Amino acid sequence: MIKKEEIKHIASLARLELSEEEIEKMSDQLSDVISYIEKLKEVDVAGIEPTAQVTGLENSVCEDEVREWNKEELESAVSQAPEREGEEFKVRRVLEEE
Amino acid sequence: MSLNRLTISEARDKLDAGEISSLDLVQDCLERIKEIDERLRSCLEVCQEKALLEAKEADARIKKGETGALLGIPYIAKDNILTKGVKTTAASKMLENYIAPTDATVIKKLRHSGAVLLAKSNLDEFAHGASTENSAFFTTRNPWDLERVPGGSSGGSAAAVAADLCLFALGTDTGGSVRAPASFCGVSGLKPSYGRCSRFGLIAMTSSTDVPGVLSKTVSDSALVLKAVAGRDEYDATTPDIEVGDYYNNLGEDLQGLTAGLTQEYFDDQTDPEVIKLVKTAVNVLEEKGVKIKETSLPYSKYSVPTYYIITPSEISSNMARFDGIRYGFRKEQGVSSLADVYHKSRAGGLGPEVKRRIMLGTYALSAGYRDAYYLQAQKTRTKIKEEMDSALEEFDFLITPTSPHIAFKIGEQSDDPLQMYLEDIFVSGASLAGLPALSIPCGFSQGLPVGMQVIVKRFDEQTLFDVSYNYQKATQWHLQKPDF
Repeated sequence: MIKKEEIKHIASLARLELSEEEIEKMSDQLSDVISYIEKLKEVDVAGIEPTAQVTGLENSVCEDEVREWNKEELESAVSQAPEREGEEFKVRRVLEEE
Repeated sequence: MSLNRLTISEARDKLDAGEISSLDLVQDCLERIKEIDERLRSCLEVCQEKALLEAKEADARIKKGETGALLGIPYIAKDNILTKGVKTTAASKMLENYIAPTDATVIKKLRHSGAVLLAKSNLDEFAHGASTENSAFFTTRNPWDLERVPGGSSGGSAAAVAADLCLFALGTDTGGSVRAPASFCGVSGLKPSYGRCSRFGLIAMTSSTDVPGVLSKTVSDSALVLKAVAGRDEYDATTPDIEVGDYYNNLGEDLQGLTAGLTQEYFDDQTDPEVIKLVKTAVNVLEEKGVKIKETSLPYSKYSVPTYYIITPSEISSNMARFDGIRYGFRKEQGVSSLADVYHKSRAGGLGPEVKRRIMLGTYALSAGYRDAYYLQAQKTRTKIKEEMDSALEEFDFLITPTSPHIAFKIGEQSDDPLQMYLEDIFVSGASLAGLPALSIPCGFSQGLPVGMQVIVKRFDEQTLFDVSYNYQKATQWHLQKPDF
Protein backbone atom coordinates (compact mmCIF):
# COMPACT_ATOMS: atom_id res chain seq x y z
CA MET A 1 0.00 0.00 0.00
CA ILE A 2 1.39 3.38 -0.97
CA LYS A 3 0.64 5.87 1.79
CA LYS A 4 -0.85 9.28 1.17
CA GLU A 5 2.33 10.97 2.40
CA GLU A 6 4.32 9.12 -0.25
CA ILE A 7 1.81 10.08 -2.96
CA LYS A 8 2.27 13.72 -1.95
CA HIS A 9 6.04 13.38 -2.15
CA ILE A 10 5.91 11.74 -5.60
CA ALA A 11 3.49 14.42 -6.82
CA SER A 12 5.85 17.15 -5.73
CA LEU A 13 8.73 15.44 -7.54
CA ALA A 14 6.51 15.34 -10.64
CA ARG A 15 5.53 19.03 -10.23
CA LEU A 16 1.90 17.99 -10.17
CA GLU A 17 -0.65 19.47 -7.80
CA LEU A 18 -3.22 16.89 -6.66
CA SER A 19 -6.46 17.47 -4.78
CA GLU A 20 -7.20 15.55 -1.58
CA GLU A 21 -9.64 13.42 -3.52
CA GLU A 22 -7.06 12.66 -6.20
CA ILE A 23 -4.48 11.72 -3.57
CA GLU A 24 -6.94 9.31 -1.99
CA LYS A 25 -7.81 7.66 -5.31
CA MET A 26 -4.20 7.64 -6.53
CA SER A 27 -3.09 5.86 -3.39
CA ASP A 28 -5.59 3.02 -4.03
CA GLN A 29 -5.05 2.74 -7.76
CA LEU A 30 -1.26 2.94 -7.73
CA SER A 31 -1.12 0.35 -4.96
CA ASP A 32 -3.21 -1.96 -7.13
CA VAL A 33 -0.99 -1.54 -10.16
CA ILE A 34 2.23 -1.82 -8.18
CA SER A 35 1.19 -5.00 -6.42
CA TYR A 36 0.53 -6.48 -9.88
CA ILE A 37 3.90 -5.26 -11.14
CA GLU A 38 5.63 -6.90 -8.13
CA LYS A 39 5.28 -10.08 -10.20
CA LEU A 40 8.45 -8.98 -12.00
CA LYS A 41 10.51 -9.60 -8.89
CA GLU A 42 10.29 -13.34 -9.49
CA VAL A 43 12.28 -13.03 -12.74
CA ASP A 44 15.91 -14.06 -12.32
CA VAL A 45 17.89 -11.37 -14.10
CA ALA A 46 21.34 -12.15 -12.70
CA GLY A 47 23.95 -11.25 -15.28
CA ILE A 48 21.38 -9.83 -17.73
CA GLU A 49 22.11 -6.48 -19.35
CA PRO A 50 19.24 -3.95 -19.31
CA THR A 51 17.60 -3.05 -22.64
CA ALA A 52 16.97 0.65 -23.18
CA GLN A 53 16.56 0.51 -26.96
CA VAL A 54 16.29 -2.12 -29.67
CA THR A 55 17.73 -0.55 -32.83
CA GLY A 56 21.30 -1.73 -32.35
CA LEU A 57 22.41 1.78 -33.30
CA GLU A 58 25.14 3.38 -31.20
CA ASN A 59 26.29 6.94 -30.79
CA SER A 60 24.20 8.31 -33.60
CA VAL A 61 25.52 11.85 -33.90
CA CYS A 62 25.07 14.80 -36.22
CA GLU A 63 27.04 17.98 -36.85
CA ASP A 64 26.45 20.58 -34.16
CA GLU A 65 25.55 23.47 -36.39
CA VAL A 66 23.09 26.31 -36.27
CA ARG A 67 20.40 26.10 -38.93
CA GLU A 68 18.19 28.96 -39.98
CA TRP A 69 14.53 28.48 -39.14
CA ASN A 70 12.19 30.37 -41.40
CA LYS A 71 10.43 33.37 -39.87
CA GLU A 72 6.94 31.98 -40.36
CA GLU A 73 7.60 28.73 -38.51
CA LEU A 74 9.56 30.52 -35.79
CA GLU A 75 6.68 32.91 -35.25
CA SER A 76 4.24 30.02 -35.21
CA ALA A 77 6.30 28.26 -32.53
CA VAL A 78 6.77 31.27 -30.28
CA SER A 79 3.16 32.39 -30.63
CA GLN A 80 2.03 29.25 -28.77
CA ALA A 81 3.56 30.56 -25.54
CA PRO A 82 1.19 31.99 -22.94
CA GLU A 83 3.69 34.82 -22.33
CA ARG A 84 6.40 36.03 -24.67
CA GLU A 85 8.72 38.93 -25.31
CA GLY A 86 9.68 39.30 -28.95
CA GLU A 87 11.06 35.95 -30.07
CA GLU A 88 11.57 34.74 -26.52
CA PHE A 89 9.48 32.91 -23.94
CA LYS A 90 8.80 34.83 -20.78
CA VAL A 91 9.37 32.96 -17.52
CA ARG A 92 8.71 34.04 -13.96
CA ARG A 93 11.55 34.84 -11.61
CA VAL A 94 13.27 31.64 -10.45
CA LEU A 95 15.07 33.04 -7.39
CA GLU A 96 12.92 34.68 -4.76
CA GLU A 97 14.01 38.09 -3.46
CA GLU A 98 15.57 38.03 0.00
CA MET B 1 -21.16 3.45 -55.23
CA SER B 2 -19.91 5.99 -52.73
CA LEU B 3 -16.22 6.55 -53.43
CA ASN B 4 -15.36 6.72 -49.72
CA ARG B 5 -15.87 2.94 -49.62
CA LEU B 6 -12.98 2.26 -52.00
CA THR B 7 -9.64 0.81 -51.00
CA ILE B 8 -6.51 2.71 -51.98
CA SER B 9 -5.71 0.38 -54.88
CA GLU B 10 -9.28 0.52 -56.22
CA ALA B 11 -9.25 4.31 -56.08
CA ARG B 12 -5.80 4.40 -57.67
CA ASP B 13 -7.03 2.48 -60.73
CA LYS B 14 -10.01 4.80 -61.14
CA LEU B 15 -7.90 7.93 -60.66
CA ASP B 16 -5.30 6.75 -63.18
CA ALA B 17 -8.00 5.81 -65.69
CA GLY B 18 -9.47 9.31 -65.31
CA GLU B 19 -12.84 7.89 -64.18
CA ILE B 20 -12.81 9.91 -60.96
CA SER B 21 -10.91 12.84 -59.52
CA SER B 22 -9.32 13.30 -56.12
CA LEU B 23 -11.91 16.01 -55.54
CA ASP B 24 -14.71 13.44 -56.05
CA LEU B 25 -13.07 11.13 -53.54
CA VAL B 26 -12.50 13.85 -50.96
CA GLN B 27 -16.06 15.18 -51.34
CA ASP B 28 -17.54 11.72 -50.77
CA CYS B 29 -15.42 11.24 -47.65
CA LEU B 30 -16.37 14.67 -46.27
CA GLU B 31 -20.00 13.88 -47.01
CA ARG B 32 -19.74 10.61 -45.12
CA ILE B 33 -18.07 12.34 -42.16
CA LYS B 34 -20.87 14.91 -42.07
CA GLU B 35 -23.48 12.17 -42.29
CA ILE B 36 -22.32 9.85 -39.53
CA ASP B 37 -19.55 11.27 -37.40
CA GLU B 38 -21.96 12.98 -35.05
CA ARG B 39 -22.80 9.47 -33.87
CA LEU B 40 -19.43 7.77 -34.37
CA ARG B 41 -17.35 10.63 -32.92
CA SER B 42 -14.10 9.57 -34.53
CA CYS B 43 -12.86 13.02 -35.60
CA LEU B 44 -11.66 15.86 -33.39
CA GLU B 45 -11.22 18.28 -36.26
CA VAL B 46 -12.24 18.11 -39.90
CA CYS B 47 -10.12 20.24 -42.24
CA GLN B 48 -12.68 20.64 -45.01
CA GLU B 49 -11.34 23.74 -46.78
CA LYS B 50 -7.73 22.58 -46.76
CA ALA B 51 -8.72 19.10 -47.92
CA LEU B 52 -10.67 20.44 -50.89
CA LEU B 53 -7.70 22.62 -51.81
CA GLU B 54 -5.25 19.72 -51.51
CA ALA B 55 -7.53 17.53 -53.64
CA LYS B 56 -7.52 20.13 -56.42
CA GLU B 57 -3.72 20.30 -56.22
CA ALA B 58 -3.52 16.53 -56.47
CA ASP B 59 -5.82 16.56 -59.50
CA ALA B 60 -3.57 19.14 -61.15
CA ARG B 61 -0.53 16.91 -60.47
CA ILE B 62 -2.33 13.90 -61.97
CA LYS B 63 -3.29 15.93 -65.00
CA LYS B 64 0.37 16.84 -65.53
CA GLY B 65 1.12 13.14 -65.77
CA GLU B 66 2.51 12.65 -62.28
CA THR B 67 1.98 9.16 -60.85
CA GLY B 68 2.18 7.80 -57.33
CA ALA B 69 0.35 5.29 -55.19
CA LEU B 70 -1.10 7.88 -52.81
CA LEU B 71 -1.51 10.86 -55.12
CA GLY B 72 -4.99 12.24 -54.43
CA ILE B 73 -5.87 9.66 -51.76
CA PRO B 74 -7.73 11.04 -48.70
CA TYR B 75 -6.65 9.98 -45.20
CA ILE B 76 -7.13 10.82 -41.52
CA ALA B 77 -4.31 11.26 -38.98
CA LYS B 78 -4.41 10.53 -35.27
CA ASP B 79 -4.32 13.76 -33.34
CA ASN B 80 -1.00 13.12 -31.60
CA ILE B 81 0.80 13.51 -34.95
CA LEU B 82 1.86 17.08 -35.71
CA THR B 83 0.22 18.77 -38.69
CA LYS B 84 1.35 22.23 -39.69
CA GLY B 85 -1.50 24.72 -39.68
CA VAL B 86 -4.06 22.23 -38.33
CA LYS B 87 -4.62 21.83 -34.57
CA THR B 88 -2.88 18.91 -32.84
CA THR B 89 -4.45 18.38 -29.42
CA ALA B 90 -3.43 14.83 -28.38
CA ALA B 91 -7.07 14.79 -27.14
CA SER B 92 -5.90 16.80 -24.12
CA LYS B 93 -7.03 20.08 -22.56
CA MET B 94 -3.32 20.75 -22.27
CA LEU B 95 -3.05 21.19 -26.05
CA GLU B 96 -6.63 22.19 -26.81
CA ASN B 97 -5.53 25.09 -29.03
CA TYR B 98 -2.08 23.93 -30.07
CA ILE B 99 -1.01 24.41 -33.68
CA ALA B 100 2.33 22.87 -34.58
CA PRO B 101 4.88 24.97 -36.50
CA THR B 102 5.97 21.96 -38.60
CA ASP B 103 4.64 18.68 -39.93
CA ALA B 104 5.69 15.33 -38.48
CA THR B 105 8.01 13.54 -40.92
CA VAL B 106 5.32 10.96 -41.79
CA ILE B 107 2.84 13.76 -42.56
CA LYS B 108 5.43 15.59 -44.64
CA LYS B 109 6.09 12.43 -46.62
CA LEU B 110 2.39 11.89 -47.25
CA ARG B 111 2.07 15.52 -48.35
CA HIS B 112 4.87 14.98 -50.88
CA SER B 113 3.10 11.82 -52.07
CA GLY B 114 0.00 13.89 -52.70
CA ALA B 115 -2.22 12.24 -50.07
CA VAL B 116 -4.98 14.54 -48.79
CA LEU B 117 -5.45 15.12 -45.04
CA LEU B 118 -9.18 15.08 -44.23
CA ALA B 119 -9.30 15.20 -40.45
CA LYS B 120 -7.55 14.56 -37.14
CA SER B 121 -8.87 11.61 -35.19
CA ASN B 122 -9.71 11.02 -31.55
CA LEU B 123 -7.50 9.05 -29.15
CA ASP B 124 -6.96 8.39 -25.48
CA GLU B 125 -5.37 11.55 -24.08
CA PHE B 126 -1.70 11.54 -25.17
CA ALA B 127 -2.33 7.94 -26.37
CA HIS B 128 -2.55 6.72 -22.76
CA GLY B 129 -5.22 4.06 -22.91
CA ALA B 130 -6.81 1.13 -24.69
CA SER B 131 -10.38 2.30 -25.32
CA THR B 132 -10.38 5.98 -26.43
CA GLU B 133 -12.45 6.67 -23.30
CA ASN B 134 -9.53 8.68 -21.91
CA SER B 135 -9.96 11.42 -24.53
CA ALA B 136 -10.50 14.75 -22.74
CA PHE B 137 -13.18 15.62 -25.32
CA PHE B 138 -15.43 12.62 -25.99
CA THR B 139 -15.46 8.85 -26.44
CA THR B 140 -15.35 7.37 -29.93
CA ARG B 141 -17.88 4.60 -30.63
CA ASN B 142 -17.29 1.26 -32.24
CA PRO B 143 -19.00 1.31 -35.66
CA TRP B 144 -20.10 -2.32 -35.18
CA ASP B 145 -21.93 -1.49 -31.95
CA LEU B 146 -22.19 2.12 -30.80
CA GLU B 147 -22.43 1.02 -27.15
CA ARG B 148 -18.94 -0.44 -27.31
CA VAL B 149 -15.43 1.03 -27.40
CA PRO B 150 -13.42 1.07 -30.63
CA GLY B 151 -10.29 0.09 -28.69
CA GLY B 152 -7.36 2.38 -28.35
CA SER B 153 -5.48 4.42 -28.27
CA SER B 154 -5.86 4.93 -32.06
CA GLY B 155 -9.63 4.34 -31.68
CA GLY B 156 -10.68 7.32 -33.80
CA SER B 157 -8.49 6.21 -36.72
CA ALA B 158 -9.69 2.59 -36.55
CA ALA B 159 -13.37 3.54 -36.32
CA ALA B 160 -12.97 6.02 -39.20
CA VAL B 161 -11.46 3.38 -41.50
CA ALA B 162 -14.05 0.77 -40.51
CA ALA B 163 -16.89 3.19 -41.22
CA ASP B 164 -15.40 4.36 -44.56
CA LEU B 165 -14.81 7.97 -43.52
CA CYS B 166 -11.49 7.83 -45.35
CA LEU B 167 -9.37 5.44 -47.43
CA PHE B 168 -6.74 4.92 -44.72
CA ALA B 169 -5.62 6.43 -41.44
CA LEU B 170 -2.42 6.95 -39.50
CA GLY B 171 -2.21 5.87 -35.90
CA THR B 172 0.58 5.39 -33.41
CA ASP B 173 1.45 2.16 -31.64
CA THR B 174 3.40 2.14 -28.37
CA GLY B 175 2.13 -1.06 -26.79
CA GLY B 176 -0.65 -2.13 -29.15
CA SER B 177 -2.42 1.15 -29.91
CA VAL B 178 -2.81 0.43 -33.64
CA ARG B 179 -3.29 -3.34 -33.49
CA ALA B 180 -5.84 -3.46 -30.67
CA PRO B 181 -8.33 -0.97 -32.17
CA ALA B 182 -7.82 -2.59 -35.59
CA SER B 183 -8.93 -5.85 -34.02
CA PHE B 184 -11.98 -4.31 -32.27
CA CYS B 185 -13.08 -2.44 -35.41
CA GLY B 186 -12.34 -5.14 -38.00
CA VAL B 187 -9.65 -3.39 -40.05
CA SER B 188 -5.99 -4.07 -40.83
CA GLY B 189 -3.58 -2.47 -38.36
CA LEU B 190 0.14 -2.30 -39.00
CA LYS B 191 2.81 -1.62 -36.39
CA PRO B 192 6.12 -1.42 -38.28
CA SER B 193 9.50 -2.26 -36.71
CA TYR B 194 10.73 0.28 -34.22
CA GLY B 195 12.86 2.70 -36.26
CA ARG B 196 11.30 1.79 -39.62
CA CYS B 197 9.42 5.13 -39.69
CA SER B 198 10.46 8.41 -38.18
CA ARG B 199 9.00 9.43 -34.83
CA PHE B 200 9.78 13.09 -35.51
CA GLY B 201 6.57 14.99 -34.86
CA LEU B 202 4.82 12.24 -32.93
CA ILE B 203 3.94 13.58 -29.49
CA ALA B 204 6.27 11.41 -27.43
CA MET B 205 4.85 8.83 -25.05
CA THR B 206 7.32 5.94 -24.64
CA SER B 207 10.23 6.97 -26.82
CA SER B 208 11.76 3.49 -26.84
CA THR B 209 8.61 1.80 -28.26
CA ASP B 210 6.59 4.56 -30.04
CA VAL B 211 6.03 3.99 -33.77
CA PRO B 212 3.70 5.52 -36.35
CA GLY B 213 1.35 2.88 -37.78
CA VAL B 214 -1.25 2.37 -40.50
CA LEU B 215 -4.96 1.48 -40.33
CA SER B 216 -6.38 0.35 -43.64
CA LYS B 217 -9.11 -1.70 -45.29
CA THR B 218 -6.73 -4.25 -46.77
CA VAL B 219 -3.17 -5.37 -46.04
CA SER B 220 -2.02 -4.51 -49.55
CA ASP B 221 -3.12 -0.92 -48.86
CA SER B 222 -0.95 -0.79 -45.75
CA ALA B 223 1.97 -2.03 -47.86
CA LEU B 224 1.46 0.99 -50.12
CA VAL B 225 1.32 3.42 -47.21
CA LEU B 226 4.33 1.96 -45.40
CA LYS B 227 6.53 2.45 -48.44
CA ALA B 228 5.51 6.11 -48.55
CA VAL B 229 6.15 6.90 -44.87
CA ALA B 230 9.14 4.67 -44.00
CA GLY B 231 12.86 5.34 -44.08
CA ARG B 232 15.81 6.97 -42.39
CA ASP B 233 15.16 10.49 -41.12
CA GLU B 234 17.88 12.87 -40.03
CA TYR B 235 15.47 14.24 -37.41
CA ASP B 236 15.09 10.87 -35.68
CA ALA B 237 18.40 9.32 -34.66
CA THR B 238 16.71 5.96 -33.98
CA THR B 239 15.90 5.31 -37.67
CA PRO B 240 18.58 2.97 -39.09
CA ASP B 241 19.59 3.34 -42.72
CA ILE B 242 17.90 0.13 -43.89
CA GLU B 243 16.40 0.02 -47.37
CA VAL B 244 12.63 0.43 -47.62
CA GLY B 245 11.14 -2.35 -49.71
CA ASP B 246 8.69 -2.08 -52.58
CA TYR B 247 6.28 -4.02 -50.36
CA TYR B 248 3.21 -3.81 -52.57
CA ASN B 249 4.82 -4.86 -55.84
CA ASN B 250 6.78 -7.59 -54.09
CA LEU B 251 3.74 -9.21 -52.44
CA GLY B 252 4.35 -12.96 -52.66
CA GLU B 253 1.67 -15.01 -54.31
CA ASP B 254 2.09 -18.07 -52.10
CA LEU B 255 3.33 -19.11 -48.69
CA GLN B 256 4.92 -22.48 -49.55
CA GLY B 257 7.70 -23.44 -47.18
CA LEU B 258 7.05 -20.78 -44.52
CA THR B 259 6.86 -21.85 -40.88
CA ALA B 260 4.69 -20.36 -38.17
CA GLY B 261 4.79 -20.68 -34.39
CA LEU B 262 1.63 -20.74 -32.30
CA THR B 263 2.49 -19.35 -28.91
CA GLN B 264 0.61 -21.59 -26.50
CA GLU B 265 0.56 -18.97 -23.71
CA TYR B 266 -1.73 -16.84 -25.86
CA PHE B 267 -4.25 -19.61 -26.39
CA ASP B 268 -4.95 -20.52 -22.76
CA ASP B 269 -7.98 -19.90 -20.55
CA GLN B 270 -7.42 -16.14 -20.31
CA THR B 271 -8.60 -15.93 -23.93
CA ASP B 272 -12.26 -16.14 -24.96
CA PRO B 273 -12.83 -19.66 -26.42
CA GLU B 274 -14.66 -18.14 -29.38
CA VAL B 275 -11.60 -16.00 -30.17
CA ILE B 276 -9.34 -19.05 -29.93
CA LYS B 277 -11.60 -20.96 -32.29
CA LEU B 278 -11.57 -18.20 -34.90
CA VAL B 279 -7.80 -17.71 -34.78
CA LYS B 280 -7.26 -21.47 -35.07
CA THR B 281 -9.56 -21.57 -38.08
CA ALA B 282 -7.46 -18.78 -39.61
CA VAL B 283 -4.35 -20.82 -38.90
CA ASN B 284 -5.90 -23.71 -40.87
CA VAL B 285 -6.34 -21.40 -43.84
CA LEU B 286 -2.63 -20.58 -43.70
CA GLU B 287 -1.82 -24.26 -43.41
CA GLU B 288 -3.78 -24.95 -46.58
CA LYS B 289 -1.64 -22.30 -48.24
CA GLY B 290 1.46 -24.31 -47.45
CA VAL B 291 2.55 -22.89 -44.09
CA LYS B 292 4.02 -25.39 -41.63
CA ILE B 293 2.46 -24.76 -38.22
CA LYS B 294 4.01 -25.77 -34.90
CA GLU B 295 3.21 -24.99 -31.30
CA THR B 296 5.81 -23.00 -29.43
CA SER B 297 6.21 -21.45 -26.02
CA LEU B 298 7.28 -17.99 -24.84
CA PRO B 299 7.47 -18.39 -21.05
CA TYR B 300 8.52 -14.76 -20.51
CA SER B 301 5.50 -13.40 -22.36
CA LYS B 302 3.58 -13.34 -19.09
CA TYR B 303 5.94 -10.61 -17.91
CA SER B 304 5.38 -8.30 -20.86
CA VAL B 305 2.49 -6.32 -19.32
CA PRO B 306 4.22 -5.69 -15.96
CA THR B 307 7.45 -4.82 -17.80
CA TYR B 308 5.59 -2.52 -20.15
CA TYR B 309 3.77 -0.78 -17.29
CA ILE B 310 7.05 0.12 -15.62
CA ILE B 311 8.97 1.19 -18.71
CA THR B 312 6.07 3.12 -20.25
CA PRO B 313 5.10 5.27 -17.24
CA SER B 314 8.80 5.88 -16.55
CA GLU B 315 9.37 7.26 -20.03
CA ILE B 316 6.05 9.11 -19.87
CA SER B 317 6.98 10.84 -16.62
CA SER B 318 10.07 12.14 -18.35
CA ASN B 319 8.44 13.01 -21.69
CA MET B 320 5.50 14.79 -20.05
CA ALA B 321 7.87 17.12 -18.18
CA ARG B 322 7.81 19.38 -21.23
CA PHE B 323 4.24 20.40 -20.42
CA ASP B 324 5.13 23.12 -17.98
CA GLY B 325 2.84 26.00 -18.99
CA ILE B 326 5.76 28.03 -20.36
CA ARG B 327 6.35 27.38 -24.06
CA TYR B 328 2.99 26.06 -25.19
CA GLY B 329 -0.15 24.52 -23.88
CA PHE B 330 -2.46 25.23 -20.98
CA ARG B 331 -1.35 27.64 -18.28
CA LYS B 332 -3.18 28.21 -15.04
CA GLU B 333 -3.28 31.93 -14.30
CA GLN B 334 -5.32 32.23 -11.12
CA GLY B 335 -3.74 31.75 -7.72
CA VAL B 336 -0.27 31.40 -9.18
CA SER B 337 2.56 33.24 -7.45
CA SER B 338 5.86 31.45 -8.16
CA LEU B 339 7.37 29.62 -11.13
CA ALA B 340 6.87 26.34 -9.25
CA ASP B 341 3.18 27.25 -8.95
CA VAL B 342 2.98 27.67 -12.73
CA TYR B 343 4.28 24.11 -13.15
CA HIS B 344 2.19 22.44 -10.46
CA LYS B 345 -1.09 24.14 -11.26
CA SER B 346 -0.80 24.18 -15.06
CA ARG B 347 -0.13 20.45 -15.08
CA ALA B 348 -2.93 19.86 -12.58
CA GLY B 349 -5.40 21.81 -14.71
CA GLY B 350 -4.35 20.67 -18.18
CA LEU B 351 -3.85 16.91 -17.75
CA GLY B 352 -6.48 14.21 -17.31
CA PRO B 353 -6.64 11.42 -14.70
CA GLU B 354 -4.88 8.64 -16.66
CA VAL B 355 -2.04 10.94 -17.70
CA LYS B 356 -1.57 11.98 -14.07
CA ARG B 357 -1.67 8.35 -12.99
CA ARG B 358 1.07 7.41 -15.43
CA ILE B 359 3.25 10.39 -14.51
CA MET B 360 2.90 9.36 -10.84
CA LEU B 361 3.61 5.70 -11.53
CA GLY B 362 6.69 6.55 -13.58
CA THR B 363 7.99 9.07 -11.09
CA TYR B 364 7.55 6.45 -8.37
CA ALA B 365 9.37 3.76 -10.38
CA LEU B 366 12.28 6.11 -11.05
CA SER B 367 12.50 7.70 -7.60
CA ALA B 368 15.33 7.18 -5.15
CA GLY B 369 15.26 3.71 -3.61
CA TYR B 370 12.92 2.20 -6.23
CA ARG B 371 14.81 2.64 -9.48
CA ASP B 372 16.74 -0.64 -9.23
CA ALA B 373 13.80 -2.64 -7.94
CA TYR B 374 11.38 -1.49 -10.65
CA TYR B 375 12.91 0.31 -13.61
CA LEU B 376 16.15 -1.63 -13.87
CA GLN B 377 14.40 -4.94 -13.18
CA ALA B 378 11.95 -4.12 -16.01
CA GLN B 379 14.75 -3.21 -18.42
CA LYS B 380 16.48 -6.51 -17.71
CA THR B 381 13.25 -8.45 -18.10
CA ARG B 382 12.78 -6.59 -21.37
CA THR B 383 16.09 -8.10 -22.52
CA LYS B 384 14.72 -11.57 -21.70
CA ILE B 385 11.45 -10.91 -23.56
CA LYS B 386 13.30 -9.60 -26.59
CA GLU B 387 15.81 -12.46 -26.70
CA GLU B 388 13.04 -15.00 -26.35
CA MET B 389 10.99 -13.53 -29.21
CA ASP B 390 14.08 -13.14 -31.39
CA SER B 391 15.04 -16.75 -30.89
CA ALA B 392 11.49 -17.95 -31.65
CA LEU B 393 11.73 -15.95 -34.88
CA GLU B 394 14.97 -17.73 -35.70
CA GLU B 395 13.00 -20.97 -35.61
CA PHE B 396 9.85 -19.65 -37.32
CA ASP B 397 9.22 -17.16 -40.12
CA PHE B 398 6.37 -15.68 -38.13
CA LEU B 399 4.35 -16.01 -34.94
CA ILE B 400 0.56 -16.01 -34.69
CA THR B 401 -1.52 -14.88 -31.72
CA PRO B 402 -4.97 -13.47 -31.13
CA THR B 403 -4.64 -9.66 -31.11
CA SER B 404 -6.88 -9.30 -28.08
CA PRO B 405 -8.19 -11.95 -25.66
CA HIS B 406 -11.78 -10.80 -26.33
CA ILE B 407 -14.09 -8.70 -28.50
CA ALA B 408 -14.70 -4.97 -27.93
CA PHE B 409 -16.06 -4.27 -24.44
CA LYS B 410 -18.87 -1.90 -23.48
CA ILE B 411 -18.22 1.79 -22.94
CA GLY B 412 -17.77 2.46 -19.20
CA GLU B 413 -17.45 -1.22 -18.36
CA GLN B 414 -13.87 -1.01 -17.09
CA SER B 415 -13.00 2.67 -17.27
CA ASP B 416 -12.72 2.87 -13.46
CA ASP B 417 -10.21 0.06 -13.23
CA PRO B 418 -6.80 1.13 -14.57
CA LEU B 419 -5.19 -2.26 -13.97
CA GLN B 420 -7.89 -4.07 -15.95
CA MET B 421 -7.33 -1.59 -18.78
CA TYR B 422 -3.56 -2.22 -18.71
CA LEU B 423 -4.20 -5.95 -19.11
CA GLU B 424 -5.82 -5.17 -22.48
CA ASP B 425 -2.27 -5.01 -23.85
CA ILE B 426 -1.49 -8.57 -22.87
CA PHE B 427 -0.90 -9.97 -26.40
CA VAL B 428 0.37 -6.82 -28.06
CA SER B 429 2.98 -5.34 -25.68
CA GLY B 430 5.61 -8.06 -26.36
CA ALA B 431 6.26 -7.02 -29.98
CA SER B 432 6.48 -3.40 -28.81
CA LEU B 433 9.07 -4.12 -26.14
CA ALA B 434 11.08 -6.16 -28.67
CA GLY B 435 10.65 -3.56 -31.45
CA LEU B 436 9.23 -6.19 -33.83
CA PRO B 437 6.85 -5.50 -36.71
CA ALA B 438 3.35 -6.88 -36.18
CA LEU B 439 -0.01 -6.65 -37.87
CA SER B 440 -3.59 -7.33 -36.85
CA ILE B 441 -6.05 -8.57 -39.48
CA PRO B 442 -9.73 -9.47 -39.18
CA CYS B 443 -10.28 -13.24 -38.87
CA GLY B 444 -13.98 -13.55 -38.06
CA PHE B 445 -16.82 -12.39 -35.83
CA SER B 446 -18.01 -13.30 -32.38
CA GLN B 447 -21.45 -12.02 -31.29
CA GLY B 448 -21.43 -9.85 -34.41
CA LEU B 449 -18.17 -8.13 -33.42
CA PRO B 450 -14.82 -8.41 -35.23
CA VAL B 451 -11.97 -10.59 -33.96
CA GLY B 452 -8.36 -9.95 -34.96
CA MET B 453 -5.35 -12.20 -35.49
CA GLN B 454 -1.87 -10.88 -34.87
CA VAL B 455 1.11 -11.80 -37.05
CA ILE B 456 4.62 -11.00 -35.73
CA VAL B 457 7.84 -11.21 -37.78
CA LYS B 458 11.57 -10.45 -37.53
CA ARG B 459 12.77 -6.88 -37.17
CA PHE B 460 12.59 -5.04 -40.54
CA ASP B 461 11.02 -8.05 -42.26
CA GLU B 462 7.74 -6.24 -42.98
CA GLN B 463 7.59 -7.97 -46.38
CA THR B 464 6.86 -11.35 -44.75
CA LEU B 465 4.22 -9.69 -42.59
CA PHE B 466 2.47 -8.40 -45.71
CA ASP B 467 2.93 -11.65 -47.66
CA VAL B 468 1.30 -13.76 -44.95
CA SER B 469 -1.58 -11.36 -44.33
CA TYR B 470 -2.17 -10.66 -48.01
CA ASN B 471 -2.46 -14.36 -48.82
CA TYR B 472 -4.83 -14.79 -45.90
CA GLN B 473 -6.99 -11.94 -47.17
CA LYS B 474 -6.97 -13.40 -50.70
CA ALA B 475 -8.42 -16.61 -49.27
CA THR B 476 -11.00 -15.03 -46.92
CA GLN B 477 -13.72 -12.40 -46.88
CA TRP B 478 -13.56 -11.14 -43.27
CA HIS B 479 -11.81 -7.89 -44.17
CA LEU B 480 -14.57 -7.09 -46.69
CA GLN B 481 -17.36 -7.08 -44.08
CA LYS B 482 -18.71 -3.63 -43.29
CA PRO B 483 -20.62 -2.38 -40.26
CA ASP B 484 -24.20 -1.58 -41.17
CA PHE B 485 -24.92 2.04 -40.35
